[in-house]
Amino acid sequence: MSDMKENPVSGANISEPLLKIRGLKVSFGTGKKAREVVHGVDLDVYPGETVAIVGESGSGKSTTATAVIDLLPGTGKVTGGTIELDGVDLVSAGRREMESIRGREIGYVPQDPMSNLNPVWSIGFQVEEAVRANGLATGRKEVRARAIEVLKQAGLADAERRLHQFPHQFSGGMRQRALIGIGLAADPKLLIADEPTSALDVTVQRVILDHLASLTREKGTSVLFITHDLGLAADRADRIVVMNQGEIVESGPSRLILENPQHPYTQRLVAAAPSLASQRIQAVAEERGVEHIEEVASGAPVIEVRDLVKEYRIRQGGFRSVPFRAVDGVSFQIPKGKTLALVGESGSGKSTVAKMVLQLESVTSGELLIEGTDVSQMSQKDVFALRSRMQPVFQDPYGSLDPLRSIGHLIAEPLRVHGVGDEKARQARVFELLEQVSLPRELAWRYPNELSGGQRQRVAIARALALKPSIVVLDEAVSALDVLVQDQILKLLAELQAELGLTYLFITHDLAVVRVAADLVAVMEKGRIVEQGTVDEIFASPQQAYTQRLLEAIPGASVHMAGH
Amino acid sequence: MSSNSAHYVAPIKADVVVDAVRLGEKPSNLWLDAWRDLRVRPLFWISVALVLLVSVAALFPSLFTSFPPSGQGAADLAKSNAGPEPGHPLGFSFQGYDVWSRLVHGAGISLTVGLLATIIGTVIGVVMGALAAFYGGFLDSLLSRVGDIFFTIPYIVAAIVVMTVVPREFRSVLVLAFAIGGFSWASTARIVRAEVLRVKQSDFVMASIALGLSRFKTMVVHVLPNAMAPVIVVATIGLGQAIVAEATLSFLGVGLPNVVSWGADISQAQASIRTAPMALFWPSLALTLTVLAFVTLGELVRDAVDPKSRAQR
Repeated sequence: MSDMKENPVSGANISEPLLKIRGLKVSFGTGKKAREVVHGVDLDVYPGETVAIVGESGSGKSTTATAVIDLLPGTGKVTGGTIELDGVDLVSAGRREMESIRGREIGYVPQDPMSNLNPVWSIGFQVEEAVRANGLATGRKEVRARAIEVLKQAGLADAERRLHQFPHQFSGGMRQRALIGIGLAADPKLLIADEPTSALDVTVQRVILDHLASLTREKGTSVLFITHDLGLAADRADRIVVMNQGEIVESGPSRLILENPQHPYTQRLVAAAPSLASQRIQAVAEERGVEHIEEVASGAPVIEVRDLVKEYRIRQGGFRSVPFRAVDGVSFQIPKGKTLALVGESGSGKSTVAKMVLQLESVTSGELLIEGTDVSQMSQKDVFALRSRMQPVFQDPYGSLDPLRSIGHLIAEPLRVHGVGDEKARQARVFELLEQVSLPRELAWRYPNELSGGQRQRVAIARALALKPSIVVLDEAVSALDVLVQDQILKLLAELQAELGLTYLFITHDLAVVRVAADLVAVMEKGRIVEQGTVDEIFASPQQAYTQRLLEAIPGASVHMAGH
Repeated sequence: MSSNSAHYVAPIKADVVVDAVRLGEKPSNLWLDAWRDLRVRPLFWISVALVLLVSVAALFPSLFTSFPPSGQGAADLAKSNAGPEPGHPLGFSFQGYDVWSRLVHGAGISLTVGLLATIIGTVIGVVMGALAAFYGGFLDSLLSRVGDIFFTIPYIVAAIVVMTVVPREFRSVLVLAFAIGGFSWASTARIVRAEVLRVKQSDFVMASIALGLSRFKTMVVHVLPNAMAPVIVVATIGLGQAIVAEATLSFLGVGLPNVVSWGADISQAQASIRTAPMALFWPSLALTLTVLAFVTLGELVRDAVDPKSRAQR
């Protein structure tokens, strides 16, 4: 955890703010089409302080940050207010002036480590470029030495060797270290970190942010930290600024904001943040709970997986290939009406398991029993029938619906494929399903691109439920959604589970979501399940070191919430 | 909130509904959006008008002229290369035909060959590209290499060879269209392959397979329609190129025998370019405007269906 919180820079209250933003307004588009997205933001960052701007997508948090370094995308323009850095106005600064401020006075760590390094140049070249551009060293040797120093500082121990490597030879975490190195190369007074770790696994995120915190503390750098994750902001920042729809709704010391949020929006955000919650979302249908438990005890598991193995052959060039075990002897059971979460970091094989369960990938070896029947014994006709009882919901809300078909057509497609009812009956079922996922009927005639991510995910759920399946496989189904929307969808899923007795296989990388959404959890690492049990057991006393590491890496774990 | 530790709370406004459904006035998808984008652009309407005009001339030449463009009695050698006169607005050709009449009647062959060649090229290209991308593996390698081979052959050269080899009496519109279309599908195939590979990755394809739809049906129902936007653009531009190819072949004397065609007229008129330049000018203008109209249409449609280029405008 950040020690900065415990040792706020003494005297910060009396000193002048390093960054002073007053009444900042930003618009996109020109002429009649101009649209204001930031409506008058006031913000101070004091020397040595870490301030986090928290908000959902479209809240204007990134726009505010990029306005500071004059890197607004596209037609973006500052239309009002002032931005002062150490008393120098940045809004009126010319291009030349900004170029000398960027890098030297303000460092920037971008969001996506995959696309922010140029793939055709070596890492060394790109760091040296930053060193040279900021005039930190001249002459080949000095520049090179400084570049190595920068990378070493960023935590790449064997920097000399790494200098010659290219971005594709670096892992996501290593790339982000290189970018942090570039951002801090010139010892800037202010570092802007725009969702620096949202593309990384939690354990990597933790290591990188710890390192970033110790670096900036050492040098007394102020940090403006942009994130969507309230828990992460609480861990890392002295002060939190909550933004919504281009305005600041609440700001203050981190602990105060989390423990005593005043604005209704902040209260909802705090309540919805899975990293801060501690309880399973319970559906309203409590009375039926008793029945369910009995059923669970007596009935056979709906999904049973025994020693499941998936091997891919990786081409080595030419005709040679080596086997690669993506899934290595996985076993689990899911009782009826329960949710099993399969958790793991990228490359753990969790999605491959989901695809095998869905019959989208063949099984190399092992048994897969669905409702007591071995899938490998099934005829094609049986598999077709099975598909109506088991449906997926995928991660990407923008890719999971065919953009050329109307919503009504999409939701009715499963019914048409399986020949259920006539046109009129299908229409009625579509309306019923839309109602079940709390969407208006009129949507049936609309197209997916008119909907938000959360609404598309509702449509995907409605479609999955069309054939009244007993099993739904949720493959990172809420990972791409904003916190409040995610909370809504998780509640909807819990309600539907209670109402329809659904069994969920929930694939996710986010342990925080597991706690609120699952009954059972299986932790995967490198194709194997390292630990499994009930959510309460695993969260209370994880037995394996890997599980412990994962749990500790959940941001906001240290914050004790009064409301929970 | 200027102080470091102050707790600022914004004035509380009406409660915001999370993820409220906000819909535009009209349903919209890729094609509807493209249509709304196109219909306000004057250049779109100008090219559409030109294309329509040429099409009407091709279908009903008698609406525009009462003089026959060729055949017995149509030519008046006394008026060889004569200037305009009442009833003959563009004058006469070297052989004494009415230039306006030949322009109007020439539209038919240009458009027919252009359309047929484009349809043939597009169908071959879409089938090859889609099969290669959807089934992958050996079939992909095979079809892609075949495509590469065709890519290296300039279609105009190939068409010249085909038309030279085919005896005069067998040269028909269909043969000509095959000669052009059969050698110009490789770029369409490449584009379709790339698009299908992209669309194939989408979750909605996975979802419809998980639904029980067969792989082939999934491709036809969900993958191909989503891969068609760039094909339509390439086809419109290709239509212009096919019309040029027909004119080129006619110009070189390996086009269709005994038909009225802009290319053939340009070829004949070039002999008397010094004495009667207008006889060369008019068929050239007709050809240029028609091709320009199709190419412009293609590019406008591309801009309209590509959200990226739209955002930059």
